[in-house]
Amino acid sequence: MKRLASHLGNVVVLVVGLGVLFGLPALAETYLIINATIFAAFAILALSLALIWGYAGILCFGQAAFFGLGGYTYAVAAINFGETTSAAALAILLPTIFAALLGYFMFWGRISDVYLGVITLTVSLILYRFVNQTAGEQWNIGDAPLGGFNGIPATPILNWPGRPGDQLAPEDIFSLTVGLLLIAYFACKILLATRFGRIMVAIRENETRAELLGYDVRLYKLAIFMVGGALAALSGLLFANSVFVSPTMFSLPVSGQIIIWVIIGGLGTLIGPLVGCILMQVLTNQLGTLNQVKGFAWVDPNLVLGVLLVVFVLLVPRGLTGLATDAWRRLAGLARRPPPAAAQPVQERTSNP
Amino acid sequence: MDYAIILLLQIGSAIASLVLLSIGLAVIFGMMRVINLAHGEFLMLGGYAAITAYNKGVNLWIAMLVVAPLTVGLFGALVERLVIRHLYGRLIDTMLATWGLSLAMIGFVTVVFGNTVSGISAPLGSLSIGGYRTGRYEIFLIGVAALLLVAGWLVLRYTRLGLIARGTMQNSAMAAALGTNPSAVYAVTFAVGAALTGLAGGLLAPLSGVVPTIGAAYIAKAFITVISGGAAILSGTAIASALLGAINTITTFAFTSVLGEVALLVAAVVLLRLLPQGITGRFFRRAL
Repeated sequence: MKRLASHLGNVVVLVVGLGVLFGLPALAETYLIINATIFAAFAILALSLALIWGYAGILCFGQAAFFGLGGYTYAVAAINFGETTSAAALAILLPTIFAALLGYFMFWGRISDVYLGVITLTVSLILYRFVNQTAGEQWNIGDAPLGGFNGIPATPILNWPGRPGDQLAPEDIFSLTVGLLLIAYFACKILLATRFGRIMVAIRENETRAELLGYDVRLYKLAIFMVGGALAALSGLLFANSVFVSPTMFSLPVSGQIIIWVIIGGLGTLIGPLVGCILMQVLTNQLGTLNQVKGFAWVDPNLVLGVLLVVFVLLVPRGLTGLATDAWRRLAGLARRPPPAAAQPVQERTSNP
Repeated sequence: MDYAIILLLQIGSAIASLVLLSIGLAVIFGMMRVINLAHGEFLMLGGYAAITAYNKGVNLWIAMLVVAPLTVGLFGALVERLVIRHLYGRLIDTMLATWGLSLAMIGFVTVVFGNTVSGISAPLGSLSIGGYRTGRYEIFLIGVAALLLVAGWLVLRYTRLGLIARGTMQNSAMAAALGTNPSAVYAVTFAVGAALTGLAGGLLAPLSGVVPTIGAAYIAKAFITVISGGAAILSGTAIASALLGAINTITTFAFTSVLGEVALLVAAVVLLRLLPQGITGRFFRRAL
């Protein structure tokens, strides 16, 4: 019964995903499709943190670093190569290597949770500062000007593999992004069901115990951190295709948003952060337009996001998925006897000591 | 020779501003093991408090030295009551909640004051050394930073309040068993930390001006200094500020100011890799 229910969840996600993938282009206008592409790109970013924080306990405040690096690598490489397939591959590879270096530095240094958060935050701030001041000739990489504060407005659009110059239409980018989101989601699901995924969760639950059982904790953490970096880079690459790259990709608000999505959606699940991401994106968009309306000038997106985050941390620490699970259990409990308490381990948000 | 003096003064001023930026955070982190991610916004609030008071006709020195710390200290006490109190022992949750607070403060101040730079000119005029000129106000700030460190040391070392603070820092359960009230100690600590932060915000406002988003510019430096400093509040902050301030200024003189900041951050990251417990986690362990 339980097993069936979890498969039911996967089937629902798959059906909804495929529905959006094939349904939306038929129904919506181009503007909406481009917006939906951005949401889906961000959803991959949310997935990257959901994986490494929710399942490996690595609170990375600097996912934006990989997001931005992915976008910038893609833009610079695509301008220089004149075609985008190899540029896209490089845009995933380079941030993953960067994640490996940073991860080596942190996990082999045995830096604890909080310090890890501060270091990753600092790294993304360094990149932000650095890229922000790269205006001018001396910062050209090959043919590509980094452009400082303005970024690279002429970020090339992906072309069909092997056909340089034959660009993808916005509808194709949309299908690609949503398709990759679905693939990434299920790949993470499968990853978590493997031996590797189980060990990962064991490390999150009790690092010392996992280590005493003979697992090299550093290696596992490094591996999952690299997967997270690669996903964030993929998100940056797709984002660069629907907007363009600029230093804001590295900025604090981007890093902050990802964490808010995960908290509001529900830490320790994969679907929660995706839902949280889409909901918050829609909300931010609405707030942005709302404060133009007379009488609502006090509505500032930051103010609303901040208050929401505080409220969720204090009152709904398990996020929307937690609320939904409770509601579902209560409904199911009305119909039949409640399941024994031990059936579902309580999600605890304690950090490793 | 003149150049050397100017360089030394610049280094001193960089160190002083790091001390000012991070001392409030260090007090809160050192005592309560709470990471206040809204620290940058506390600084911002202090700056706005000073500038608003000054524009309303309050004497500049009173605005900076009294109004700013009082405002932010009271605000800190309020935040401790409403939010932080419920999250003791949950480090990550505290970080997230204070981050939410920081966003909310940015939003609120943007709505009230608008997203523009406000500023006041630095008082005290300038001083010339040979062919170079420097602000007297920056020398004043070096004095204030030194004074704060000395005063903090005296309070911690010689007063009853300091004794309670040190006891709570070392072993809060034991301190509670001996009759202190940890909840009151924490409330006072947070308010004092916030007040010190407000003072720093007020003092730095003439140099940097204030915008609602200025916190982001300060926060990384403040964190890095506190974390590199390690467990000891005063000596940790002082040593880390000295080291990082010197690296920052020398790189700035040699190259550009952005590279100076990058060098500061890189140095701190390398330092943390070598000394994960911070400088005073390894050396000077008995210092305050």
